Amino acid sequence: MKEELQAIESEALAAVEKAEDSQALQEMKVKYLGKKGSLTTVLRGMGKLSKEERPVIGELANNVRASITEALDAKTEKLEREALDKQLETETIDVTLPGNPIHVGGRHLLTSIMEEIEDLFIGMGYEVKEGPEVETDYYNFEKLNLPKNHPARDMQDTFFITNELLLRTQTSPVQARTMEAYQGNRPIKMICPGKVYRRDTDDATHSHQFRQIEGLVVDKNITLSDLKGTLDVFAKKMFGKDRKIRLRPSFFPFTEPSVEMDVSCKVCNGEGCSVCKQTGWIEILGGGMVHPRVLEMSGYDSTVYSGFAFGMGQERIAMLKYGVNDIRHFYTNDVRFLSQYHQA
Amino acid sequence: MLVSYNWLRNYVNLDKVTPEELAEKITRSGIEVEGIEYLAPKSENIVVGYVKSCEKHPDADKLNLCQVDVGEESLQIICGAPNVGAGQKVAVAKPGAKLPNGMKIKKVKLRGVESNGMICSLQELGLDEKYIPADVAEGIFVFPEDAEVGVPVQELLNLDDAILDLDVLANRPDALSMLGVAYEVAAILDQPIELPDENLTIDESIEAKDYIDVKIDSIENNPYYGAFIIRDVEIKPAPLWMRNYLMASGIRPINNVVDITNFVLLEYGQPLHAFDYDQFGSKQVVIRQGKENETMVTLDDQERQLNENNLVITNGKEPVALAGVMGGADSEVTDETTNLLLEAAYFNSACVRHTVKQTGLRSESSTRFEKGVDPNRVKRAGIRACSLLQKYANGKVAGGVVEVDQLDKSEKSVTVTTAKINQRLGMELDEKDVTSVLSRLQFEFSKNGEEIIVQVPTRRLDISIFEDILEEVIRIYGYDHLPYTIPQGWVQAGGLTDIQLLQREIKNYLSSAGLMETLTYSLTNEKDATRFLTPDIEEKPAYSVGLAMPMSEEHSHLRLSLIPEMLRVLQHNVARTQTDLAYYEIGKVFVSREEEITNQPIENLHVAGALTGLWHNHPWQQEKKPVDFYVAKGIVEGLFAHLELDVTFVQTKMEDMHPGRCAEIRLNGKGIGYVGQVHPLTAKDFDVKETYVFEIDLESVFAVHQPAPSFTDIPRYPSVTRDIAFILDNDIPAGNVQAVIKEIGTPLVKEVSIFDVYQGEHMEEGKKSVAYRLLYQDPSRTLKDDEVDASYQEIIEKVNNQFGSYVRS
Repeated sequence: MKEELQAIESEALAAVEKAEDSQALQEMKVKYLGKKGSLTTVLRGMGKLSKEERPVIGELANNVRASITEALDAKTEKLEREALDKQLETETIDVTLPGNPIHVGGRHLLTSIMEEIEDLFIGMGYEVKEGPEVETDYYNFEKLNLPKNHPARDMQDTFFITNELLLRTQTSPVQARTMEAYQGNRPIKMICPGKVYRRDTDDATHSHQFRQIEGLVVDKNITLSDLKGTLDVFAKKMFGKDRKIRLRPSFFPFTEPSVEMDVSCKVCNGEGCSVCKQTGWIEILGGGMVHPRVLEMSGYDSTVYSGFAFGMGQERIAMLKYGVNDIRHFYTNDVRFLSQYHQA
Repeated sequence: MLVSYNWLRNYVNLDKVTPEELAEKITRSGIEVEGIEYLAPKSENIVVGYVKSCEKHPDADKLNLCQVDVGEESLQIICGAPNVGAGQKVAVAKPGAKLPNGMKIKKVKLRGVESNGMICSLQELGLDEKYIPADVAEGIFVFPEDAEVGVPVQELLNLDDAILDLDVLANRPDALSMLGVAYEVAAILDQPIELPDENLTIDESIEAKDYIDVKIDSIENNPYYGAFIIRDVEIKPAPLWMRNYLMASGIRPINNVVDITNFVLLEYGQPLHAFDYDQFGSKQVVIRQGKENETMVTLDDQERQLNENNLVITNGKEPVALAGVMGGADSEVTDETTNLLLEAAYFNSACVRHTVKQTGLRSESSTRFEKGVDPNRVKRAGIRACSLLQKYANGKVAGGVVEVDQLDKSEKSVTVTTAKINQRLGMELDEKDVTSVLSRLQFEFSKNGEEIIVQVPTRRLDISIFEDILEEVIRIYGYDHLPYTIPQGWVQAGGLTDIQLLQREIKNYLSSAGLMETLTYSLTNEKDATRFLTPDIEEKPAYSVGLAMPMSEEHSHLRLSLIPEMLRVLQHNVARTQTDLAYYEIGKVFVSREEEITNQPIENLHVAGALTGLWHNHPWQQEKKPVDFYVAKGIVEGLFAHLELDVTFVQTKMEDMHPGRCAEIRLNGKGIGYVGQVHPLTAKDFDVKETYVFEIDLESVFAVHQPAPSFTDIPRYPSVTRDIAFILDNDIPAGNVQAVIKEIGTPLVKEVSIFDVYQGEHMEEGKKSVAYRLLYQDPSRTLKDDEVDASYQEIIEKVNNQFGSYVRS
C-alpha cells in the first residue's frame, strides 16, 4: 500500500508539472484527490491493514494529499501569474504621450509680494490694517501735517473727486485713522497695504494706480535706531541675508527726521553696475520718526509717545526682487506674465 | 537746482573734494544729487585767437579767409560764420584738437585754400544751445577785448565746470540758492563760508524818494517792498564770468541788467525785478489785489485775465507786473533803457502759488516765492544787485531805498537737550557732538544747564521744533553711526483678522480651482462703470463716482463692478492668441447713493471671475471641454461649499447678460451676486468670444461667515440611497424640486443630488425627466427599510402634488 501511495504521488506531481492550463489542473484535482480519485480509492483498503500499520499509512496518505494539493496550488498560481503577465504585456501604452493637463491658477505676483511682506511683519507682531480708497482731504493730507496750500502737496499729484474727496495718494491715512481710533492711549504696531492713485501718465516706471505698504510703530521710547534695525530685518528677508542697508536724509511732511533707505545692489554686490546706476545702492523705501504734530492731531501726547513709520511701493519691491522691467506688466495681466510667478 | 561747482568755490573751499565726492556727501547729508554733468573735456588745443585780418575767400562767397594770431604762431583759417571780423578775439580749435561733439580738427583745403584750424561757436565748444545768448547763437563766440591770446578757452568759458543737479524737496527752499548750498556744503565739509560783496557806493546827488513812492494795499500778501533807483545804466553784455555761471545754471544771458537780477536770484535765492523807470508810467508803485475783468500783457506777450486772488504791482493806474510771477511787457528793460526801478520784495507764498496755478506760469522767481524766501535776505539782495549794477552797468545808485516794511524777520529759538536727542535716536552722543553740528551749520546757540537754546537763522524756514534740530544733528553727524535695534517693550500677537484670512482662503480656493488672479484698474470709463451690477447694488439707485479732472476718458469713473476691466484683460490676451483663459480678481467697487456726491462712497469688496475658451483640453484623447455656464457655476458652488455656506441660484435677467443663461446667487434669501454668460452683444462690445462671468459681494459673505466650523462626527452607521425620476414640465427648475425634496425629507435625507436630465425622444412634448438620488442617513442608528420607504413615498406624493409631476416608470 505504501508503494501504491508513493506511486500516486510521483505520478500526480509529474502530471501537475506538465499541466498547461487551469482546466487540466482541475481535472487532476478530481482524478487524484476527488471522492472517486485514486488516492481515495487506495485509502479504502485501509481497513485491511494492521493496527500498527494504520497510523503509519494514514500519515503517509495525508502527506501525499498535502504534497499534491501544494503542487496544484503552486501550479495554479504560476499559471495565473503567467496569464496575467501576458495580458498586462498587451496593455502596454506609450508613456511619452502627454498627460491629462491640470489647469493651474495662481496668485498675482503683487499679491504674493504683499502676503510675503505681511507675513514678515506679522511675525514681528504687527497687525494688518485697511482703509478706504476714496479718502477725505482731511485724512489724506491734513491729518498728516499737509494743510491746504502746503507746497509739499505738489509732491503727489492727486485725483480729486470734489474739493474734499479724493483718491488716496498714499496708504498713510490708514495710519491716521488707526491712531485716531486708538485715541492716544495704547501702543501701535501695524502695517497697512493697499491701492493708491496718483495723476501720473502710465509708462514703464509710472502707473496711475499702484500699491503701497506702510508700517507704523508707536510706543514710549521708540527710536530712530529701532527703525533702522527693523528695516534691516525687512531688507535681509526680502532681498537676501547678505544685503546691507543705509539711510539717507529725506523729506516727508508726516515724519521728522525723514529718511530714504537704500539696499546694497544685489546684481553687483555693491560694486556699481547699470542696475544701481553705478552707485552700488538701490533706493527702496522712505520712512522716519512720526512728526509730533501727526501724533498730537490723533490724540497721542508727543512728549510721552514716539514712533516710526515707513512706506514702500509694492510694485517697486516686486520689480527689484524679480527683475520685472515695466510696471505696466502688473496691470496688463498678460497670461504669459502672470503664469511666470506661480510659485512666487 | 543746478549748482556750478566752480561758482560754489567762490564761497567755500572745495580744494579737497572732487565734484563726485562732493555730490556723494551732499546726497548722504540730505539733498539728493541726481547727476553730475561736465560741460566739456579739457583741451590744450582750443585757445583764444586774435583775428588779424579777415577777407573773402577767393572762390566762395560765404567763406572768409582769416589770419589768426594764437600766441606762438599765426594760423590761416577759413571760417563760414556770418559774424566773424577782423579785430575779434575768438575761440580757435587748432589742428589736433578734438571738439566735445567728437569732431577732430585737421589741416584741410577748402576750395583750394588751406585752413589750419577752426573758429568755434559756443555750441561747438559744448554748451547747451538753449542757454546760449541770442547774439551769438547763429555764429562764432566773440570774447571781450581783454581776453588773453593763446590761453585755453576752457577756463575762460568755464567749460571745465561740473554741474551738480540737486533734487531740492519742499522742505529746503534755502538750497534753491548758491548761498544756501554754500552753507550746507560748509557744514558738511566743516569749512568756513565767504559771503559775497555787498559794498555799495551811493551817488549822493540823487535820492530814491525823489523818484518813487511805494504803497501797499495788501500787506498780508506783501509785507515788504523795497524800491531802488539806479540811473544812467549802460545796457551791454554782462561780464563773461557772470554769463558763464548763468549758462552753467541753466539760464540764458540777455544783457547786463537782466543777467544781474538773475545772478542775484540764483546767488541769494531772492527774486528781483528791474523795471524800465521811464516806461513805468508813474512815480508811484501801488501793490494791490487784482480786479475782476482786469487784464495785463505779460513779458511773454500774453494777455492775462486777472481776478482778486492775484497780487499785482501797479503804477497806481494799471498793473505792470504779476507779483512774483512775471513782469509786464510795457516796462520791460530793453537796449534803450537808461534808468531802473529795482524791486526787492517779499510775496506771500500761497498768493504766488495761486497765481501760478491759475496762469500756469512757473518761473525761477515764482518757484522761490512759492517755497518761501529768507526774510533777512530780501533787502540785502537788492543791495547786492545795486552793487553789481554799479560795477557792470556803470549805474548811479540813488541814496536810500523806498520801502514799506512789516515783514517779520525774527529768528526762532528751539531748545534741545543732548539727553532727549539720545533718547529719540537710540544713541549716546556727547553734548559736544551736538554743539559741533550746530557750529558747523552756523546756528547760534546758548546754554542753560542741560538745555541748548538754538537760534535758527531765517534762511532755514524748515526748522522750528525739537525734531527739526534732531534731524540736523543726525544728518550731519551721519546716519551710518546709528545702531540697529528692534522696538523693545510692548508686545502684541500680530496677525490677520478673520476677514483678511477669509480673503486669503478665497484666493487659495480660486487659484487651486485653476483660475489666475488679475489686478485691474479701479478707474474705468463712465459707461462701463455702471454695468454688471450685483443685485445688492442694484437694489437702490447707485451712481458711479467720477473724477473732477480725469486724465483720460478710459479712466474717469470708479467701477461698480470688476467685470468690465476683466473683460478688457481677456480681450488683451485673446488678441495675443491666448484663447483659453480663466481669471479671478478680488477688489473694491465704489457705490455712491447720491447723484451729486458729497460723502465717501460705500466701498464693497467683490470677487469676480471671467472665463472663456476651453476649460479642459486634452486633444489626443479627444477630451475637449469648452467653458460653459455649469463650469462657471461649479466654481461658485465649490467656493461656497469651501466656505460652508448654502447658496441658491435663481434664474434672472441682467442687461449685459445672456437672457436665458444667468442666475442670481442668493445667500439666506438675499441676492449677493450673479453667474452666467455675457450677452453676445456685450461680448462683441468688448471684442471677446463666448465668455462666462461671476461676481459676488464679499461683504455679504463676511457678514454671515463663521470662521471655524465645529467638529461633526464621521457617520458610523450605513447610509441608504434611493433614486426617483420625476417627469416635470420643462419650465419647472430642477433645483426647485431638489430643494423641496430636501425640505420634505429632512432630517432623514442628508443629500439630494441630480444624476440625470432627459428631454427628447420617448418624452412627452414640453416635459423633461429629472432623476434625483436621495441619501438617507441617521448619525445615531441604522435606518429601517420601512421608515425609508415611508419617507420616499411621502416625497413622491408631495412633489407630485406641488409640481404636477409624476414618477417615470
